Amino acid sequence: MTLSAASPSINPLKALAQLSWPWRVTFIYLLFMLLLPLTALVLRASTVEPGEFWRIATDPVAVSTYEVTFGTALIAALINGVLGTLAAWVLVRYRFPFQKGLEGLIDLPFALPTAVAGLTLATVYSDNGWIGSLLAPLGIRISFTRLGVGVAMLFISFSFVVRTVQPVLQEIEKEVEEAAWSLGASRWQTFWKVLLPQLMTAILTGVALGFSRAVGEYGSIVIIASSIPFRDLISAVLVIQRLEQYDYTGATVIGTVLLLISLVSLIAINLLQAWGRRHEA
Amino acid sequence: MGITIEGVSKRFGDFQALYSTSLTIETGSLVALLGPSGSGKSTLLRLIAGLELPDTGRIWLTGRDATYASVQERNIGFVFQHYALFKHMTVRQNIAFGLEIRKASRAEIRARVDELLELVQLSGFGDRYPSQLSGGQRQRVALARALAVEPQVLLLDEPFGALDAKVRKELRAWLRRLHDEVQVTTVFVTHDQEEAMEVADQIVVMNQGRIEQVGSPAEIYDHPATPFVMSFVGQVNVLHPESVLSCQLPGIQGSQQVFFRPHDVVIETDPCSGGMAAQVQTVLHLGREIQAELLLQDGGSLWVHLSREQYAKTPIQRGQWVYVRPKAIKAFPPADKHRAVRNSSVFV
Amino acid sequence: MKLERHSQTGILPPSQPERPTPSQGAWVQWVLIGIVLVYIALLLGIPAVNIFYQAFKDGISPFFETLIQPDFVSALWLTVLTALIVVPLNTFFGIYAALAIAHKKFRGRTFLLSLIDLPFSISPVVAGLMFVLIFGRQGWLGDWLQAWNIQVIFAFPGIVMVTAFITIPFVAREVLPVLEEAGTDQEEAAKTLGANPWQIFWRVTLPNIRWGLLYGVILTNARAMGEFGAVAVVSGNIIGRTQTLPLFVEDAYKSYATPSAYGAAVLLSLLALVTIFAKEVLERRTSFR
Repeated sequence: MTLSAASPSINPLKALAQLSWPWRVTFIYLLFMLLLPLTALVLRASTVEPGEFWRIATDPVAVSTYEVTFGTALIAALINGVLGTLAAWVLVRYRFPFQKGLEGLIDLPFALPTAVAGLTLATVYSDNGWIGSLLAPLGIRISFTRLGVGVAMLFISFSFVVRTVQPVLQEIEKEVEEAAWSLGASRWQTFWKVLLPQLMTAILTGVALGFSRAVGEYGSIVIIASSIPFRDLISAVLVIQRLEQYDYTGATVIGTVLLLISLVSLIAINLLQAWGRRHEA
Repeated sequence: MGITIEGVSKRFGDFQALYSTSLTIETGSLVALLGPSGSGKSTLLRLIAGLELPDTGRIWLTGRDATYASVQERNIGFVFQHYALFKHMTVRQNIAFGLEIRKASRAEIRARVDELLELVQLSGFGDRYPSQLSGGQRQRVALARALAVEPQVLLLDEPFGALDAKVRKELRAWLRRLHDEVQVTTVFVTHDQEEAMEVADQIVVMNQGRIEQVGSPAEIYDHPATPFVMSFVGQVNVLHPESVLSCQLPGIQGSQQVFFRPHDVVIETDPCSGGMAAQVQTVLHLGREIQAELLLQDGGSLWVHLSREQYAKTPIQRGQWVYVRPKAIKAFPPADKHRAVRNSSVFV
Repeated sequence: MKLERHSQTGILPPSQPERPTPSQGAWVQWVLIGIVLVYIALLLGIPAVNIFYQAFKDGISPFFETLIQPDFVSALWLTVLTALIVVPLNTFFGIYAALAIAHKKFRGRTFLLSLIDLPFSISPVVAGLMFVLIFGRQGWLGDWLQAWNIQVIFAFPGIVMVTAFITIPFVAREVLPVLEEAGTDQEEAAKTLGANPWQIFWRVTLPNIRWGLLYGVILTNARAMGEFGAVAVVSGNIIGRTQTLPLFVEDAYKSYATPSAYGAAVLLSLLALVTIFAKEVLERRTSFR
């Protein structure tokens, strides 16, 4: 197999010469565009002495950004776990007017540049915006608060849940449900005991994808939030603030923490998907 | 010489797909590679095509050493089990593909495609896409595409495997006629012995990566070289060496395994006829013939087929005692026993 | 508000019920549809309409005034130029990667796929940071680059590199499943008919993957033009020089030039609309061929 290049005992240049062109291009491109930058970050982080690393990583401002970032992302992803599943259900099972338009709208967060998303969300949810002005009299302020961060994260993670659950729901055979009915299960029982267990991996995968995306989000949040520490400052913005102060070490440490969280989510998503395939023949 | 294969073998990882194999195929003949799945027949075909390269041995195509020639240089026609038509091209474009690669002129291509469409009886279908055709039609397009480049050798991998029974039957007869018309050296792979018998001049029976026998359909059926061939080509009764019936048969040594076909059995009701006593277990009327299962006294069982005339003469019934005498038996030394396929004596 | 009005009055019983359901009031269905419509309207619909409303609420002239601003023009040009370099580069790589991986089983396949997917899950800001750590003043190559007077960070090359990093997965991810589904039969058939690898690619493989490829290219382009976080880190946001369109939107908004921000936002939204529309059309193409 062509992958013998991975074994270190072989001269890498020689091994590369034996590969087919697609492999060569893939390896070289990934090496320079992906692995090199990744290594740069990891190496830079490893030059920071562990005690120092820990001190910067657990600095009160940093800790407050983790709390805002991960806490809000988790809540947003969970809310979308419920409402996204419901949206997938409605789109697959029911027919109603303007359904096509709705389908397109759901892809919007994938396609719309995040700066634009942040801009319009900040306007709509500001005190004199269309929605914000309705909430302001109730004392609820969204733009420039942690709630704004939450709205931006809801926006960014919604599509992931819908688009992960939808195909799975579509593939569930009608017979399975009919079998449950024939055994006397009501519609609710059928949903809870037959459908939901089959959807669970897809829902969790969607939530994990949405969470991972929300944690890394920068563009829309930097616009809708005021980025005040201990209030609505997120980790990604903190990285940029540190860089602007030429504090490379600070940026690297916070960046590494973010990277680790991304990798953990990625592994979790892969495990979830492997686990989801366990019933497949 | 059509195709000569000398000591060719092929291994995929831990699996020896083909042991050192030699075979000669005459120019213009129509040969079937017959065997169960995993017997190495498809591997042999793909080796001839150059879609795989052999680990050892050499391959000659029409007198030229083609062992290390690329697929493109071999000038072969290959028909895939699932047609492998180019989905984004019309029937005409599919058939013209090989000619365009060979830089034939437009007029030449048009004429040749028309000719081939006629040959495969799809004249009105040139502008359709593969998705608009039935399975049988797609297979004929695949054949036309392979024939368009006037290959030295036509190779077909389970050509009728994906079609339903009726279409398969029609296409077999059609392939036979086509070959008589085009006269190109043709090798096809099949696991269906009936198909091999019906279409091929020569049959190569393969099993577990080895060739068991090469011969005409009649030779294969009447003079099987190994227990495997006997049991794979047609139905068969197998007697264990310890069987009482076995030791009553003339010329059989104790340790030999005895094979005979269910229709090569004489059944009599007279106890003095010299046959072995057996009790009738079931009698099934299968239309053209009658199939019965008999239980021997030593516990072994036999299947017999009777023609309607035979049955009219000796109308056997369930529970009745009869006396059986196999004619045309085949005995094989026990060394071959492990290669005989016991299951193939199971009847439908 | 168009969408909101549907959610209040526009619900009709389904014209053709998908399946016979055991007795249960249709009201459940209406309530569920209602909840979803309200949620989507609040989160997606109203903000989407707002972009166009804000851009055109004072007529069409503020929009055109934005379009002729020199800062806007240079931002647009920079964005287009970046896409013109990144999209072909990643299309090329994506096709090669998909060709290398498709139809093969080897140890580390899942790992390689995860690696290609990595830019999806890494925060764009962290991606930008990585490049700063290599090419920045304090970075690996900082001294060397300075000695040669080459500027990567806070300059065009840096923008191109992070944008390329962010958009690595799209083409490979769209093409790979199409290749896997098409199988190797057609390519083998072309081989037996005498086609060389180049001919096989152009005449058999490419036509087979074209719609998936096109969608991958469109996604790459949308992301390349819309990327904000990673570009914000490396560009330095120098107006008129290293400011891309999304950065222009933020900058205009933060400096209270809201009409300009929305003018640029409308343009970027049109890009999103084209992307969504292309998805609809191309998905149907691939499934009905």
